[in-house]
Formats: sequence, structure tokens, C-alpha cells
Amino acid sequence: MQTLIWQFGTVVDKLQETSRTQSIAIDVPDWAGHKAGQHIDVRLTAEDGYQAQRSYSIASPPEEPRVWITVERLDDGEVSSYFTDELRTGDRIELRGPVGGYFTWDAQTADSPLMLVAGGSGVVPLMAMIRHRSAAASRPPARLLYSSRSHEDIIYRAEIDRLVAVDSTLEVFHTLTRQQPDGWTGFSRRIDRAMLEEVAWRSEERPDIFVCGPTQFVEVTATSLLELGHAPGRIKTERFGPTG
Amino acid sequence: MAEKFVSRGFVGKHRQPDAALRERIPPGQYETKDFPVLSAGPTPRTSLERWTFSVYGEISEDLKWTWEEFLKLPSEDLTVDIHCVTKWSKLDTTWRGVAVDTLLEKVNFVAQPDVKHLIAYADGGYTTNLPLTDVLNKKSWIVYEYDGKPLAPEHGGPARLLVPHLYFWKSAKWVRGLKLVRENRPGFWESNGYHLYGDPWREQRYAGDK
Repeated sequence: MQTLIWQFGTVVDKLQETSRTQSIAIDVPDWAGHKAGQHIDVRLTAEDGYQAQRSYSIASPPEEPRVWITVERLDDGEVSSYFTDELRTGDRIELRGPVGGYFTWDAQTADSPLMLVAGGSGVVPLMAMIRHRSAAASRPPARLLYSSRSHEDIIYRAEIDRLVAVDSTLEVFHTLTRQQPDGWTGFSRRIDRAMLEEVAWRSEERPDIFVCGPTQFVEVTATSLLELGHAPGRIKTERFGPTG
Repeated sequence: MAEKFVSRGFVGKHRQPDAALRERIPPGQYETKDFPVLSAGPTPRTSLERWTFSVYGEISEDLKWTWEEFLKLPSEDLTVDIHCVTKWSKLDTTWRGVAVDTLLEKVNFVAQPDVKHLIAYADGGYTTNLPLTDVLNKKSWIVYEYDGKPLAPEHGGPARLLVPHLYFWKSAKWVRGLKLVRENRPGFWESNGYHLYGDPWREQRYAGDK
């Protein structure tokens, strides 16, 4: 296996996604490529040598030459607030990756429907899968069930709408847990078994399932999917403990 | 010669002010007071009536304990620091459980010197590989209490392996058995890009890290 060496990338773009999240594009010379769902490690170094490391899911698909991450700003965050408040285009950043060989999805080898369940910024690695799927020549049908606090907190909202508009085999279901805009017709509660029964592929359709979000979100979702008859081995989870 | 790299504008506001505590945090880790949960799939739930713990593989006769029998084994309380490969460390965590030495005391290691490893098997299909030298001599335990309470399912309950001196993925949740083997074969995360051994003090996170 290839050793993951620390290398330097340059920040080439920054986008405000929601009030609390930003996407950051990094140009990494000789990037080895990645699979949708993998992450990178970043390492920050202060003047006196103090270092901090964190992992961030890659938001961009393998087809995109630049590596995009999406960072949620945590008030007490040491690294996340540096990324959102301080980092700017042209800055260099030390990273290594891609990391993680399990929570990944490849359109070329996929032969089952794709079921994605996202909570908050847990959508990031799943968005890499959606973007990868959109760029692929052949693609299994896919559904995304995405829980956000409010309409304004939906990360990638406009892009998701655009992708759904041009692809009848991609279905997206939103649930807004805290606040809903006037006339909201989507779900308005935390994800539960009844919601999954309504929107998820049935167990007989043997979907590939990826769940990413906070711990309780993943616990409830994965347990409900088991109760609905999905095989444990088809449910891949990634828990998004807030990392500062 | 590359000049020293500094992340422009980074000061680092989470430095551990206490030098003694700082020395207990391995390189690249930060201290958390939470207890984050990470696992690759759904949390398995095995009833205590059906739960058993087995030692098998290179052993003259397989060993098996029911939950009731397991609780009667000599147990100990321990306070250890744990280090997750996802960068968090948690200091002074308290556990209760059975030393792996106790479970392996009937194994005649002298008679089979080439049996140097074990594989921990867990509900949900998870496996992890460990050298015997890293589990014997009070280096690892099968724990069933955390912080004075029964170990919660999302943290590996009813019982998990605890190998505090290695990255925490080696401390297999929902562990159900130890298989003694001659060959050191990669387990679940070790086959998915993570290090075969996983020493946090040498930062052996990923395959190929020295």
C-alpha cells in the first residue's frame, strides 16, 4: 500500500455555502486521486511549532482535479474557525490523503440502487458520491434523504436542485427539523423509521446505503434500517462527531 | 532545504496549558472531554442470554464463557488514556473488566512459540489483529463497564476489548472472541488503509506510516 505523505496544497477558491459552512478548493500538485466518500487529514502549524490535525471529508468527485472540502464553523473550534475565518485564497495548507477505504462508492462497479442519508454537514462525503454519480456514464438510481435544521442550513441546496432537475433517477427528500419556510411541503421532523420506510429503497431492492451525520442521527437511522429488513453489511456509516 | 512551514495566521487556541497533561497527548492528537462514537456500520445488539465469549484457534481446547460466567471472572478497575486515530484523545477514562491474561491463562504458549498473534472477532463482522505481546501482561482487557455503568451499545457494549496503548480501533467494540493465530493478518480497518500495528506515539495511523 502507498504511504500517505504530507504534501502542500494551495487554496484556490472559497465559497460560503450557508451561514456556518464554507467550501474550500485546494489545488494539490500530483494529487493521487480519490474515491467518493474518502477524507483528507490537514495539519496546521503555528509560528512556535504547535500543530493541530483534523480530518475532513472530500466533497468533490474523483473527476474534479481540485480537492474541495466543506467546513462547518464551530464556535469553539480551533481548526474549523481558522478555515472559515482566517484562511484565504493563495494560502498554503499541509495535508495528506486520500484516507479511508470502506465508506466509499464507485459508480463503475455499483450494481444496486444508492441510498444516501445525511444529517447536517454529514452530507459532505455523500455529496461527493452524488457528484461522482452525475459525472459517470452509467448510474444506478439514487435517493438522498437529507436532514437540516432549517432551509437556510441546507448545504449545496442550489446544486442539489439543479441536479434533480436534469436527472429523473435522482430523488432528494429534505426534512427540516427546527424551522420550516412558509408553504414547506417536505418533512418537518427528525429522521425516523416511518420516514425511512416512506422514502428509502425497500430491502428487497438491496440498495447500497451510506449514512453520515451526528452520532444519535446515525444510531436512529441505522437501527431503523435494520428494522426495515436491510442487511447490516449493506449499511455503511460514518459518524460526524463535531471536531473543532 | 525547505524552510519551516507556518500556517499563515494560525495561533492554535486549544493548547493544553498543563505540561504534565500535554505529555500524555500523542502527536497529532487533541484532548476531548466528550466520548465520540465511530463505527463502520449499525450498532449490533446481542442479548445477554445469547452472548458468549470464546477463545479458539491455536489452542488445545476451545474456551467459552456465558455472560454470567464471564462476570464471575476476576475483574479489575482501570483508569487509562485512550487515543482515536480520528485525532481525539480522552484522558483518565475509567473501566471495569477482565484482563486478557485471565482468559488466556490456560494457553500453553511455551509449547507453541510460533503462535504470536490473535484476531479479535466482534458482532457485526468487525475484526482486528494484535500481537500477543501487546495483549498479555496486563496490557489489554475485555471491559463491560465504563464510568461506573454498564458499557453502552454505541460504545461497544455489552463488552469491548480495551488496548489503551494502541489507537482505539484496536479496542474492538462488541467483541465476542479471540482467535490465536500464527500469522499476522490484517483485520477490518487494517485492510482498509489503516496501520497494521497502530502505535499512537509513533503516529502509525495509516498503512505505510513508519
